[in-house]
Amino acid sequence: MSDRVTPDPQKFAGSMRFFHWLMAAMVLTMLGIGVAMVVSLGDYHRLVSIHRPLGILILITVVIRFVNRRLHRVPPLPATMSPQERFVAHASEILLYSLLFLQPLVGWAMLSAARYPIVMFGSVHLFPILPHDVMLYAFLRKAHTFLAYLLFLAFVGHFGAVAFHTLVLRDGLLSRMLPGRDRAH
Amino acid sequence: MALLDPDDSKTASGSEQSRSETGAMDNHPAPLTPADKFARLAGVGVLILGVVGAFLYLGGWFSPHQLTPAKFVDEFQQVDGIHSGFRRNHAKGVGVRGFFESNGNGARFSKALVFQTGRVPVIGRFSIPGGNPFAVDSATTVHALGLQFTMANGEEWRTAMIDLPVFPFPTPQAFFENLAASAPDPQTHKPDPQKMAAFIGSHPEFLEAIKIVKSHAPPSAFDNSPYFGLNTYLLTDASGKITAVRWWFNPSRPFVAADMGAGNEPDKNYLFDGLIASVHQHPLQWHLMLVIGQPGDRTDDPNIMWPEGREQVDAGTLTIDTVESEETSAARDINFDPLVLPAGIGPSDDPFLSARSAIYSQSFTRRAGEKKTPSAITPAEVQK
Repeated sequence: MSDRVTPDPQKFAGSMRFFHWLMAAMVLTMLGIGVAMVVSLGDYHRLVSIHRPLGILILITVVIRFVNRRLHRVPPLPATMSPQERFVAHASEILLYSLLFLQPLVGWAMLSAARYPIVMFGSVHLFPILPHDVMLYAFLRKAHTFLAYLLFLAFVGHFGAVAFHTLVLRDGLLSRMLPGRDRAH
Repeated sequence: MALLDPDDSKTASGSEQSRSETGAMDNHPAPLTPADKFARLAGVGVLILGVVGAFLYLGGWFSPHQLTPAKFVDEFQQVDGIHSGFRRNHAKGVGVRGFFESNGNGARFSKALVFQTGRVPVIGRFSIPGGNPFAVDSATTVHALGLQFTMANGEEWRTAMIDLPVFPFPTPQAFFENLAASAPDPQTHKPDPQKMAAFIGSHPEFLEAIKIVKSHAPPSAFDNSPYFGLNTYLLTDASGKITAVRWWFNPSRPFVAADMGAGNEPDKNYLFDGLIASVHQHPLQWHLMLVIGQPGDRTDDPNIMWPEGREQVDAGTLTIDTVESEETSAARDINFDPLVLPAGIGPSDDPFLSARSAIYSQSFTRRAGEKKTPSAITPAEVQK
């Protein structure tokens, strides 16, 4: 009867699940746009015009998400996971959070160093966070590509590990992040 | 990935520590048969391959013949070589400064701040085409002007223009094919005339445009050249009404035709030296002309001129009063990307706009990280 009011201790809080899936949608969109726009002529401008504001939206969301996470209890990992597996899971989480914060920041910094206006929409644009320095731009532009591939690999690792837990181990890892309650107490 | 051993489940599932907190997780599943386990592992593999495949597909790995910004810039490098720190096209140039004084007429069509009555600072760059920063100035070379207008709220408008009234190519693909046809042959180190003949044969619109260009005598100098934006843009006014326009800068200096007579060998930098002397003598001025499109005017093809007699609106005056060598000018490190636009000016459906933006960006990124070497027009030369 307390099911109605007590959050399931096995699950991430509703707000955490919301931010997780919102972030997943935004980051996958972003990785797809990013890798497509750098080889595109005809769609380049359309894609860049989404890429920049979406990147800033991700930066804002990751900060809110991180604060939200600190305010909530994180549900335990499946009891079947070994200490080594827990370490890897934890480290990959730190890596993903770091990349999600760093990548948009590098994007903003790189456009600042190149003195491109950082247009969000209409006449709304961001202020530069670095001085005009094209050498710095060139370095940050390379870093942006490197971090993008690293982020993609981290995503593939995360996705692959969850798929393995869900399809092979069937230990309920994914259900912690899914909506609703799938088990009665 | 061997980080998760399924056998662990047998030993760990019954542990006291987990019992206390993980009520919902002690519901462990029935063991898998080896065949079932294999099928599920294969399923995981297929999912991962699908994700990686989608990423590679979007990144063009499966379409190696697609024309990309990198291939375009590679082709410029094929034609003129790599000159460290210089633009891959329009490599030879000088920076200029001045201001634009709007008379408010453009506000009829666009809410952009640059069209409201008042003055905005301008940084610009005069250049000639080609990737060689030490190219020899000639009477037939195209004159180009890039401009950056900075508005009070920080918005920018950048435009890169040339003195031809029509662009010789209808599509980025045609431009690329022309570029490829003019690349030097690895054996002879000269362009293959057969390749160019083949290009011209398959692109009658190129010949048409060249005919139009040849029917006008080229201007003698940078300071009496008109500069045409060529691509169509869409202006949006305060009420949201959209107007297709093309723009050009009409010089105040009277037109003087270039001296096409052979014999007198001009100095290799004579066009730039002439510009420098001219700016030192008197500020240079151009009127920004907005050509107002009518329904049916082609917005997607800079190779097709709009009919004569379109309304032209004088939106204000550009004044250039300072000229600098690239070494000291802020213009060197500016990418005159034709899609850096303020609210109120937007791209049309012209495919060149996005393509130019992508290619300029690629060229900018390559040169940004290179060591900057001295320009043909040195700081000493601009003092003369």
